[in-house]
Amino acid sequence: MATQAISNPAAVHHDHAHDHGHEHHHETFLNKYVFSQDHKMIAKQFLITGIIMAVIGMVFSILFRIQLAWPDKEFPFLEVILGKWGAGGRLDPNFYLSLVTIHGTIMVFFVLTAGLSGTFSNLLIPYQIGARDMASPFMNMLSYWFFFAASVVMCSSFFIQTGPASGGWTIYPPLSALPKAMPGSGLGMTLWLASMALFIASSLMGGINYISTVLNMRTKGMSMTKMPLTIWAFFFTAILGVLAFPVLFSAVILLIFDRSFGTSFYLSDIFIGGEALPNTGGSPILFQHLFWFLGHPEVYIIIMPALGITSEIIATNSRKPIFGYRAMIISLLGITFLSFIVWGHHMFVTGMNPFLGSVFMFTTLIIAVPSAVKTFNYLATLWRGNIRFTPAMMFAVGLVSFFITGGVTGLFLGNASLDINLHDTYFVVAHFHIVMGCAAIFGMLAGVYHWYPKLFGKMMNDKLGYLHFWMTFISAYLVFFPMHFMGLDGVPRRYYEFTEFEQFKQWLPLNQFITIAAIIGALGQLLFLYNFFVNIFRGKKAPQNPWNSNTLEWTTPVEHIHGNWPGEIPTVYRWSYDYSKPGAVQDFIPQNVPFSETISSNTPEDFGYHGDETQFVHEFYQAKHLTVSDEQKAEKAN
Amino acid sequence: MSTVAQIDEVKSNPWGGGRSPFSVEYGKLMMWFFLLSDVFTFSALLIFYGAMRFKNLSWPEPDYVFQSAPGIHGNAPLVFVGIMTFILIFSSVTMVLAVEAGHRKSKAEVIKWMVLTIIGGFTFLSCQAWEWSHLIHEGMNLHHNPFLNANGTPGAVQFGQLFFVITGFHGFHVFTGVIINIIILVNVIAGTYERRGHYNMVEKVGLYWHFVDLVWVFVFTFFYLV
Repeated sequence: MATQAISNPAAVHHDHAHDHGHEHHHETFLNKYVFSQDHKMIAKQFLITGIIMAVIGMVFSILFRIQLAWPDKEFPFLEVILGKWGAGGRLDPNFYLSLVTIHGTIMVFFVLTAGLSGTFSNLLIPYQIGARDMASPFMNMLSYWFFFAASVVMCSSFFIQTGPASGGWTIYPPLSALPKAMPGSGLGMTLWLASMALFIASSLMGGINYISTVLNMRTKGMSMTKMPLTIWAFFFTAILGVLAFPVLFSAVILLIFDRSFGTSFYLSDIFIGGEALPNTGGSPILFQHLFWFLGHPEVYIIIMPALGITSEIIATNSRKPIFGYRAMIISLLGITFLSFIVWGHHMFVTGMNPFLGSVFMFTTLIIAVPSAVKTFNYLATLWRGNIRFTPAMMFAVGLVSFFITGGVTGLFLGNASLDINLHDTYFVVAHFHIVMGCAAIFGMLAGVYHWYPKLFGKMMNDKLGYLHFWMTFISAYLVFFPMHFMGLDGVPRRYYEFTEFEQFKQWLPLNQFITIAAIIGALGQLLFLYNFFVNIFRGKKAPQNPWNSNTLEWTTPVEHIHGNWPGEIPTVYRWSYDYSKPGAVQDFIPQNVPFSETISSNTPEDFGYHGDETQFVHEFYQAKHLTVSDEQKAEKAN
Repeated sequence: MSTVAQIDEVKSNPWGGGRSPFSVEYGKLMMWFFLLSDVFTFSALLIFYGAMRFKNLSWPEPDYVFQSAPGIHGNAPLVFVGIMTFILIFSSVTMVLAVEAGHRKSKAEVIKWMVLTIIGGFTFLSCQAWEWSHLIHEGMNLHHNPFLNANGTPGAVQFGQLFFVITGFHGFHVFTGVIINIIILVNVIAGTYERRGHYNMVEKVGLYWHFVDLVWVFVFTFFYLV
């Protein structure tokens, strides 16, 4: 059928690179830094935009933490920076709700979805599979600029009379559907919806690009099962995004009609100021179903790239092959599939049929299996590894820690009978901040520290990195761990001043403790910002392969060139985890080293032989008969 | 060095890297994934429709709502929408012929079939416009549904609202499809694909066009048949 289809993407992209090489001579500021179609530049654009959004989201969280810790104190600086929303030095209650809403939206979508996937999928997919660029560089550029526009629209809602959306990041109707419901439901909500529509378009263009690139443009020898786990993670993440976001889009379309054209999709039997609205027959629960059909895959869109990055960093810095490579792929696949059939666990208290609830509970708890497989594989990879504690490695191990802590509380919340008690309490806040907030941001930071030399050709400062890690790690636990106990006591989330209730007054000192820990953690991020931005200009020049890593991106020159490799794209002969292979000259063998050059370390398995090792004869295989003294040495070393 | 080459020889199977596993260029692959994504958009809307349909005890009777056709006096249930569906499916046939002509690199024939496809698309849109204006004339709009439910109770407003939103969303897809078809047609006439040596772009918009058709089959089933 597809007779004229192009069967050799490498050749096509050769031409491509050539075309661009031609433009190279009159490269302007505009097409190099702004409307760039180069995946490396787009990755940097995503990363820096993501960092800016992260700082904004973090500042918001500090503002509302101050309110929670000192609900009746006046802070004149609030009036200085916030104007009427901080009148008299007190945070306006409606603005408090806006802050939590936009904090959630920015962190979930703009930082941990676009900032994380956008940066590392763009950077690593072409590099690690051996491609000159993305399948469609033009759509890739559009993807960034839609994301940028979405960010601008989202932030612009802070500059309007009625303030930004304030119905929570889940924008449940009727709060989001009735412009009169609260100040933030007016223009702020409209801007939120417009921003998300742009965001979904950006995510879709990015996602289909990532999938097509991974499927179509792998270099010679890079079969699917030779791909690094990062690529597998980005691949499944892109699939999740392409299938889940359109459902949010549908939900948003219907919501826009409810808001602006008077339909009753989500509205029924509502009174405002004692007066009945004309809407009948709609169902707000249906919005929740549509929202969480995206919302749950979304949390895996957030965590899976972080898990992929962690796999790569832990294997590299343990100087060991990743434990259970195929199990890792299968568990990613399992998570991808299961994440589509668990959304009901966000809705146990909506009056759902208990039988249906138990089905959702069952599928939810099954996700613990692939998650645990991944965790144990990380631990087994670390086990007896020759560990190098680079800052990236610290953050990767930090991710494993948070993933375990938050995963365990996930078992509590996935359980319908427990969730009915814990729903909408601080227990939930603690759970998702640890498992998808902290774990994912640690994965992202690990990625930044690890691939900074590739992104900017410079090295970051290790000492600042360690300090940044410990400040972040400790303060994150100090902030979120105590929240579990508040949640068990029934403290509801999203309240402006819950310590005014008699039964929750006792939590005020803890609230102050959490806020102080949060401020310290936020100050720790200044170290990162300094380390990140200053070293772009002043950093030590990076060597080509600073971490002695096996993957293909480290075979490219330090100075970025269009098309990534100056000559031919390297051919791949082996998987990316040949670390500390017995008999090898170095403790790593890059993917592009052929077996004929590593005769001393070749194993029978490399030739597809899985039987008795002593029986195997091959001209490129040197039998490794250990002498008695060698064995003793090995015993001692272990 | 022939022995070295032998051991290092990279197996060339479809998934072994260095080629597209489906022998499909990336643009077509991306179109497929976009369509898959759009399947979820429409599925969400149609499942929403289903949920609303079953949430209400009764629902307007399509045979009663859609019984008018221009030029026919008296009741003609589903006749007009049948004609619309036929036109849209027929435009898919002409699109298949355009793609086939593209394979033979026959520019004149591609132009002929593309023009017919575009005409089919516009005819469908005109029919939809007529049906919308007819229903609006009868009093159905986003706030009001004059058609009683099958059991005689006042009609569920969501029937009309979803009708306009979902057929409108589909109509928007048809409209963008027609616009894209026109752009491709202009390129065909200008000889862009002749110089490029293949008519893959026609195939890609063809995929989109067939998809829009397929969606209509489901929209038709949900609103007019059940």
